[in-house]
Amino acid sequence: MILLGIETSCDETAAAIVSEHGIQSNLVHSQLEEHRPFGGVVPEIAARSHIEYLDSLIKRALNEAELNFSNLDGIAATAGPGLIGGLIVGLTMAKSIALVHDLPLIAVNHLEAHALTPRITSQIDFPYLLLLISGGHCQFLIVDGVGHYRRLGTTIDDAPGEAFDKVARMVGLDYPGGPAIERAASQGRANRYALPRPLQGRAGCDFSFSGLKTAVSRIIAKGKVLEKDVPDLCASFQEAVADILTDRLRHAAQAFVEAYGKGVLVVAGGVAANGILRERLKATANEIGFSFAAPPLSLCTDNAAMVAWAGIERLRLNMVDDLTAAPRARWPLDPNAAPAIGAGVKA
Amino acid sequence: MFELPDLNAVQRFAQALAPLIQPGDVIELKGTIGVGKTTFARALIRTLGGKEEVPSPTFTLVQTYHLDRLTVWHFDLFRLKHPIDIYELGIEEAMSDGLSLIEWPEKMAPYASQHRVEITFSFYIGEIRKASLKAHGHWRARLSKLSWPSDG
Repeated sequence: MILLGIETSCDETAAAIVSEHGIQSNLVHSQLEEHRPFGGVVPEIAARSHIEYLDSLIKRALNEAELNFSNLDGIAATAGPGLIGGLIVGLTMAKSIALVHDLPLIAVNHLEAHALTPRITSQIDFPYLLLLISGGHCQFLIVDGVGHYRRLGTTIDDAPGEAFDKVARMVGLDYPGGPAIERAASQGRANRYALPRPLQGRAGCDFSFSGLKTAVSRIIAKGKVLEKDVPDLCASFQEAVADILTDRLRHAAQAFVEAYGKGVLVVAGGVAANGILRERLKATANEIGFSFAAPPLSLCTDNAAMVAWAGIERLRLNMVDDLTAAPRARWPLDPNAAPAIGAGVKA
Repeated sequence: MFELPDLNAVQRFAQALAPLIQPGDVIELKGTIGVGKTTFARALIRTLGGKEEVPSPTFTLVQTYHLDRLTVWHFDLFRLKHPIDIYELGIEEAMSDGLSLIEWPEKMAPYASQHRVEITFSFYIGEIRKASLKAHGHWRARLSKLSWPSDG
C-alpha cells in the first residue's frame, strides 16, 4: 500500500510518499536545499504560498520515490485543524487527484497524524499513552486505536511551543524558538532563575504555561538580563517546562495504569524534538515503569509523511472519505472531552 | 484607566464592556507579552456566552467562536509577517458582522478599522495591571456609556 500525503494546515507546505514499509520521499518546502543559500525561507502562513508550491512539491515527491500517480493506492491530506485557507488548498488538491486517478481519499486530522507517527518507524501497539506537544497543542491522550482517542488533559492557556517562541523573542533569539532556546540553554545554569511551575502538584493532567511566560517577561522587564545571562534564563525556563511536563506525566500515567496497567509513553509533536525534554520525559516514564517512544526528530515537526501514514492506517481499516469531505479549522481528537475552562493559573 | 489587580477584576471589566458590543465591532488588545491580553479575550468570550475552551491563538493566528449574539473572531497577529495577510485570515468577514478581538494589531496597522476601540494593558504597580481605553470613530460615543463596577 502506497499513499501520497499532503500537509498545508499551517506554515509548511509538504508532500510525501509513504508505503507500509516506510517513507519513500518526504519533502517540506521551507527545508528544500535550494533555499539554503538564502539562509532558509521563513514559512508563509498565506494560502497563496501553499498554492504556489504544492503542485511542484507533489511532482518532486513522486519523482524522488520513482513513482507516478498510477502506482498510488490513495491520497491523504490534512483536513484540520488549522488555518482554513491552507486546508482548503491541500484538501482540494487531494480531491482533484483522487477524482482524476480514481483513488480513495482520506481526510486526515493533523493531530491524529502526529499521534500515529511513532508507528511509522517502531512497532508500537495500541493502546498507548500519548503526550502531544507542539506550537499550538499540549495534551495527554489515551490512544485506543485509529480514530479512538480519550483526552486526559490539555493546556488551559498557552501551548509549550508558543512559550518557547515567545521567550526566544523576548531574549533576542531566532525563530523558531525551540531549537534556539535549547542551544542557549546548553551553556546555562538551570538553577539561576526561580520560575513558577503552574499547576505542579495539583490533581489532574491539565497544563498551564501562560504564567511561566509572564514570569520570564517580568524578569526581563526589570532590565537585569544582559546577553551573558541569556543562557541561564533559557536553561531555567526549559527546566521549568520539563518539570511541568514530568509532573503532569505522573498523573496521566496513573490514569493509564488504572485503565490498562503500565504501557508505553509516546511523545509526538514539534516540541518533542527538544532533547532535554525528551530525556526528562523518558527518565520519568522509565521510573514509573513505562517504556518510552518518540518519532525521529525529522518527523516531530510538521511534515507530510505522517499524513500519508495516517492515511495508510485509516485505509487499512476502510476508513475512507468521499469528495464532500470538508476542511475543519477546529477538529478535536476527542470530541467528548470536557472543555478545560481555565483563565490563567497562579503558580 | 482601569486597575486590574486580579482575575476577578478582568472578568468585571469584560462584563462592563460586553453590553456595548455590536456586530462588526473591532477591539484591539495591546500590551507586552504576558500582560493579560489573551486572559481578557478569554473573559470576554466567556461573558458573551462561549462555553468552549479559549486557547491562545498565537499559533493558529485566529480562532472563531460561534455564539448566540454574534461570532467572535479572536486574532493573534504576533506571527503575521505581511499586514495584507490579514485578508487571508478572514478579517473582512469578521468586520462585517462579527466581533474582532485583535491581539498585536500593530501587525495590520495599514488596514486598521476607522471604528475601533484600543485597549492597552500594562503593568501598573508590581504585578497589578491596568487597562487604558482609546476610542476611534463611532466607538467614541459608545465608550462614554461604559460604567465600571467599583467592586465585585
